[in-house]
Amino acid sequence: MKLKRLILIATAPLIVTTYSCKTNPNQTGSTKPAIDMVAEGNPEVAEVTGAPKVPAPVGNRGPKKLIVNLVTTEMEGIIADSIPYTFWTFNHTVPGSFIRIRVGDEVTLNLKNEASSVLPHNIDLHAVTGPGGGAAATSSAPGKTTSFTFKALNPGLYVYHCAAPPVPMHIGNGMYGLILVEPEGGLPKVDKEFYIMQGDFYTKASAIKKGLLEFDNDKAVAENPDYVLFNGKKGSLLGANMIEAKVGETVRLYVGNGGPNLTSSFHVIGEIFDNVYLEGGSTISHNIQTTMIPAGGAAIVEFKCDYPGEYVLVDHSLSRAFNKGAIGKLKVTGKADAKVFNAKTIGSH
Amino acid sequence: MKINIFLIITVFTLLLYACNNQQKIDSKEINIANSTTPNNSIPLTVKMVYIPGGEYKPFYGSDSTLVKVPAFLLDERAVTNQEFLAFIKLNPAWRKSVIKRIYADTSYLNNWVNDTTLPKDAKLDAPITNISWFAAKAFAKSIGKRLPTLDEWEYVAMADKTTANARSKPTYSNEILDLYLQKNRQYNAVKQSAPNYWGVYNMFDLIWEWTDDFNSVLTTGDSRSGQYDDKNLFCAASATSATDIMNYAAFMRFALRGSVKANFAIANLGFRCAKDTLILNK
Repeated sequence: MKLKRLILIATAPLIVTTYSCKTNPNQTGSTKPAIDMVAEGNPEVAEVTGAPKVPAPVGNRGPKKLIVNLVTTEMEGIIADSIPYTFWTFNHTVPGSFIRIRVGDEVTLNLKNEASSVLPHNIDLHAVTGPGGGAAATSSAPGKTTSFTFKALNPGLYVYHCAAPPVPMHIGNGMYGLILVEPEGGLPKVDKEFYIMQGDFYTKASAIKKGLLEFDNDKAVAENPDYVLFNGKKGSLLGANMIEAKVGETVRLYVGNGGPNLTSSFHVIGEIFDNVYLEGGSTISHNIQTTMIPAGGAAIVEFKCDYPGEYVLVDHSLSRAFNKGAIGKLKVTGKADAKVFNAKTIGSH
Repeated sequence: MKINIFLIITVFTLLLYACNNQQKIDSKEINIANSTTPNNSIPLTVKMVYIPGGEYKPFYGSDSTLVKVPAFLLDERAVTNQEFLAFIKLNPAWRKSVIKRIYADTSYLNNWVNDTTLPKDAKLDAPITNISWFAAKAFAKSIGKRLPTLDEWEYVAMADKTTANARSKPTYSNEILDLYLQKNRQYNAVKQSAPNYWGVYNMFDLIWEWTDDFNSVLTTGDSRSGQYDDKNLFCAASATSATDIMNYAAFMRFALRGSVKANFAIANLGFRCAKDTLILNK
């Protein structure tokens, strides 16, 4: 009798523990833990997009086998005001292509380093559970392709980046991007989605090629950037490149920060974020003015456009916006509702 | 036809001259590496530079570990297209159409027009690239030389134009970085830039270079982990085990070495040869 009770007492916590282990708090409303989800069908090549575009939502589909192809390049591009800079990229753009998958997907990532590259490159995806996030498995010499497969276990918005030594230089030259792992059933529908990624750039004049800017090691170590930019170029979200929405539409921004060094205080002037997926995770906070996005981190922000106008996106560490380029615009068109906002001119008497 | 005959005579003269040169070097010293019969049909116009031995602090390893580098001879420049072509003509087993994949991957000499024709527009005196470690090793062996060890290579790489060890100069790494950032340097001819303190050319401005034990410092290709691997070698890419954290140029070299396998052929990876010497002072 005593023994039975003892066994009962001993096993009860065990059962409770086992149960609690099975319940993964990351998968609210999920039927199965992600690790047990079966990825169906033959592998398909995933759609990837350059900023500010994002691929189509996953919607209601089940877990699949996907192939993501990325190419690493070293190339000249314009950083600001027709000034060229030697960028290093994933898929020829800064930030690199947006990857969109869902929990339970099995992803084969092929990383090809262009033959004309001087250096080896690799990829560490923060969405990956496994050594180095794939960095060691994807170390690609110039002209070579590497590959690894991972299962997406945790939903969220994650940064990926090159982790080849010296890593601050690879990131400082633009080797980062975002991968979104949607939960089962997908994220709630919105009208507009955009991809924005901040990065800090440290430049000096090339000693070899006139007019070209290159990475400055000393400025990077001092964390004193010349440029802090959205989507790798001054004015990438200004003028003809403004992102656009209409009054009444809901907007979701996938905002990442590649760094390598600065933390972003992301703010949209004249808007309040209805929802912020804090740090790109599953906790949703409401009515946020400015959200912190760490280097190597991300956030999903959502708001409804209630009034027309140009809304300025900034890093609210404002010298970066005012002097170093961390500025963009969202143009909202539609009917003005005086109840929401009404500017009055008080005439002089 | 006349031109052909002229060419043949010129080549022969050069070869004879090269043979003499080779003998001169050999007669000066008792050479261990020369136990294999050198094949002197490759035009050996390259000068070898005597590097007196010394101790140096490797880029990876604990601060207190000094590595001894015995005196050795190093080619003043990289092996050229012309020299490798001569090797290929003499050693059909290393032609791209017949080479086994374990010795060279599909990129091996992939820019050559055919087995025995250099790429169109290739300079004869540009460094040979797109060759595997096995091929580099075979070339060196065929002329009684060898590849430099990683320590030998890095020992010579410490020099700038005026000093044997320029590592502590703030400009040292940055100047190399400037060179490393330029693409397509491998198509330029050798010896067009100034030599370093030892009289060695092109350590940084043309190509990456194979070393005999390129994989002895294993990197994971991940620059942040500070672990030792199971062979008790350094995870070389780790910043925590590097002796000079600001030497970004060295990080890049070790990253490259960590990303390659012995059968890889890469567009900007070539080699130069080295040789043992018993001369301790000169």
